[in-house]
Amino acid sequence: MALLSKAAVLLGKEVRTEFRSRELLSTTIVFVLVVVVVFSFTFDPTTNESRRFGPGLLWMAFLFAASLMLQPCFLREQVNDTLSALRLAVSDPFAIFLAKISANTLFLLLTELLMLPVFAALFNVSFAAQLPGILLTFFLGSLGISVVGTALAVISAQARMRELLLPLLLLPLLTPILVVSTEVTIRLMQPEPYMEWKGIGLMAGFDVVFLTVLWLFGEYLLEE
Amino acid sequence: MPAAPVRSIGLQFDQVDKRYGAVYALRNLTLSIAAGECMAIAGRNGSGKTTLLRVAAQLVRPTRGSISFCGGTGHPKPQIGFVGHSTMVYDELTAAENLIFFAKLQGVAEAKTWADELLREVGLEDRKDSLVRTFSRGMRQRVAIARALLAQPSLLLFDEPATGLDAESNAWLTEHVRKLRDTRCTILMSLHGESPMARLATRAVRLEGGSVIADTQRGAMFQSIFAAAGC
Repeated sequence: MALLSKAAVLLGKEVRTEFRSRELLSTTIVFVLVVVVVFSFTFDPTTNESRRFGPGLLWMAFLFAASLMLQPCFLREQVNDTLSALRLAVSDPFAIFLAKISANTLFLLLTELLMLPVFAALFNVSFAAQLPGILLTFFLGSLGISVVGTALAVISAQARMRELLLPLLLLPLLTPILVVSTEVTIRLMQPEPYMEWKGIGLMAGFDVVFLTVLWLFGEYLLEE
Repeated sequence: MPAAPVRSIGLQFDQVDKRYGAVYALRNLTLSIAAGECMAIAGRNGSGKTTLLRVAAQLVRPTRGSISFCGGTGHPKPQIGFVGHSTMVYDELTAAENLIFFAKLQGVAEAKTWADELLREVGLEDRKDSLVRTFSRGMRQRVAIARALLAQPSLLLFDEPATGLDAESNAWLTEHVRKLRDTRCTILMSLHGESPMARLATRAVRLEGGSVIADTQRGAMFQSIFAAAGC
């Protein structure tokens, strides 16, 4: 309970500072919007093509947006050495990771939800009936991106070539969850949609495995 | 007046090495600091002062050797207040929001009341709702000190706390550390030279190459520690 209450306090701070500065959200929303618009005008896809290729483009846009969002999440803590203050203040460093992961997932989900109607309009696909399934897929996919990305963000924040390192490490590690997320989203956008529960299980498994790894070894990642 | 610490603690460095690649920041450092002691650490740039303080704060793990705490509550992670080169507070939050946030993280009861009291104590009551990014260096340092005192720490670590402060802020800081010392809080402060704060110390050590090369109690040799450090 102490872990969760500390993580909630930290999450409150993350949300407050983000909504005050709007640095991450505005950047990622604009980025995803540009990608979706550019793709739609470049390919001018039919509805059938949109159903086949749209989810892939969407998840690719989310991935690049996430790499933009994840980069500063620990760099911002270095400006005034606030990461040291956090480490001194909490007894379990996993609370710091839990808050960062929750914040990144929340911001990414917010971006995805804002992009969903734009995507539906530009790519001429309707998935209103599958909204619960889409939301579940987006949540598990975003959580996976955030868990892995947060862990890599703290590693890259201490490296010399930090701007290059995060995307380089992020892309290969996220390939499995991106493939599965795209497959599940494609099924949900078919004329006769269905939920691929095996894929949902794989995504949940991916999230749990990486969360456990972070819980076990997170303390070492935060050390100088 | 700052509240008295719950119970001051002593600490012991036992043959501590800290290496960054091939460079030793601390080398075979053995040092014992008694509970309630106010120790000044002098030395040139790169002598290991900051690393020593960060090892004491358990922010940096020694490459070899160990540190242990004695006294206090017996908790493996004692309450440590740290004032570093950086302010360690968020520029995007107000002074009050910063203190309430860190107070809640440290499990301080009645976080808002205590934060208000500390802000009054450090003379920032009128600016408590202003964003920290609008503060001068001296005001930021006051917030940093208030943050370090939130959990009534048993050990206070100051890393060149007067850096960038004007004479007035320096005098305020010295007076504040004097009050803390008088509450018998254990204090370690790295200083970059002879300063009013150095006169508060009851013991001074000089570091060179990560090792203690001089250690003296207040007395005839005391000032020479800072003079010999060439700082």
